[in-house]
Amino acid sequence: MTTHYLVLSALLFAIGAIGVLTRRNAIVVFMCVELMLNACNLAFVTFARQHGNLDGQIIAFFVMVVAAAEVVIGLAIIVMIFRTRRSASVDDANLLKY
Amino acid sequence: MGETITFWVLAVVSVAAALGLVFSRKAVYSALMLGVVMLSLAVLYAVQDAPFLAAVQIIVYTGAVMMLFLFVLMLVGVDSADSLVETIRGQRFWAAIAGLGFAALLALAVGNTLIAPAKGLTNAVKEAGGNVPSLAQLIFTRYVFAFEVTSALLITAALGAMVLAHRERVRPKATQRDLARARFSGPQPSPLPGPGTYALHNAIDMPALLPDGTIAAKSINRVLARHEEEDGVTPTDPSKAAIVKQLLVEERLAPKDEVPDDSHTDARAVVEDNVAQDDLRDEAATDEAETGGAVREAHQEDGK
Repeated sequence: MTTHYLVLSALLFAIGAIGVLTRRNAIVVFMCVELMLNACNLAFVTFARQHGNLDGQIIAFFVMVVAAAEVVIGLAIIVMIFRTRRSASVDDANLLKY
Repeated sequence: MGETITFWVLAVVSVAAALGLVFSRKAVYSALMLGVVMLSLAVLYAVQDAPFLAAVQIIVYTGAVMMLFLFVLMLVGVDSADSLVETIRGQRFWAAIAGLGFAALLALAVGNTLIAPAKGLTNAVKEAGGNVPSLAQLIFTRYVFAFEVTSALLITAALGAMVLAHRERVRPKATQRDLARARFSGPQPSPLPGPGTYALHNAIDMPALLPDGTIAAKSINRVLARHEEEDGVTPTDPSKAAIVKQLLVEERLAPKDEVPDDSHTDARAVVEDNVAQDDLRDEAATDEAETGGAVREAHQEDGK
């Protein structure tokens, strides 16, 4: 059963990665990042049960906390960029390029 | 057996929802799909002897994070669709190839690994007597430093969000006196006629009728008119169609001759001074159209 969970986690992670690479809307990109973090959490929980200790669950818990903080800051940045540039597309925020 | 069935059902649901998240055109659909993935993952945690994480997943992710996503979607504009222009040529194609390759690599590597039967958590949680007490014991002993650092991180994130989302008021807030003056020196001191007055229905899309039976141009909802035009729908009533057309033309011309200086004293200009940023003009115009007129907006601003 462990293998099944890990394959599911890998699939979700890869789908999230495809989303990050292909989507343009910054919010959707952000959701895909969240999906990847969730996939990692699933792997952590699975390994916790596999190895019979709770450290995996603790790490998953910390990942959740960090993800929540990251969402707050990331969405604030998106709102700020939207205010100044009137766009939520990641392609439009290219002023730091050169 | 029960776990196997749960796993297969939820695996199919969550992978389908994840694909929906990536491929749906509208951002709100993506958010809802993400909610589905998170809920099914919560159930998978519960199945895997992690009831605390399942609860936290539902409370923090589907509760707080998804709400935050939806709020920001509403702020930023739900209809902001992805642009189809590729900045780097062939980027989508190669990204999809790379992602599929990555998925195959991971799945095959994990799938081909021989893994011993899971030990299960019964021994680990026996000492403290349950999942939550065991987690608490670990957090406050071995991981106590990380836990404290987490609190610093959360405070920093909260402060950072406030600093980032804060906007300094550039001009003084318009007082009631300013708004009243703007209103009475403007073209329309009274409220605009509401839709549906003397008409057959009082729906928002029914313009008010004047005593002679013609349409009162000021009662036409501009937002609806604009949306109808974008959708290619023309009003069946020819006189309404003409008025709507004229309104839209006026609206298109309007931002150009609008200079928010002191000589220009209609209510909208004052409110715009108040809003104080040029790029917010669209928003102000939309507000104005939605509330049915500059005067009503002045009232609204007043109320804030």
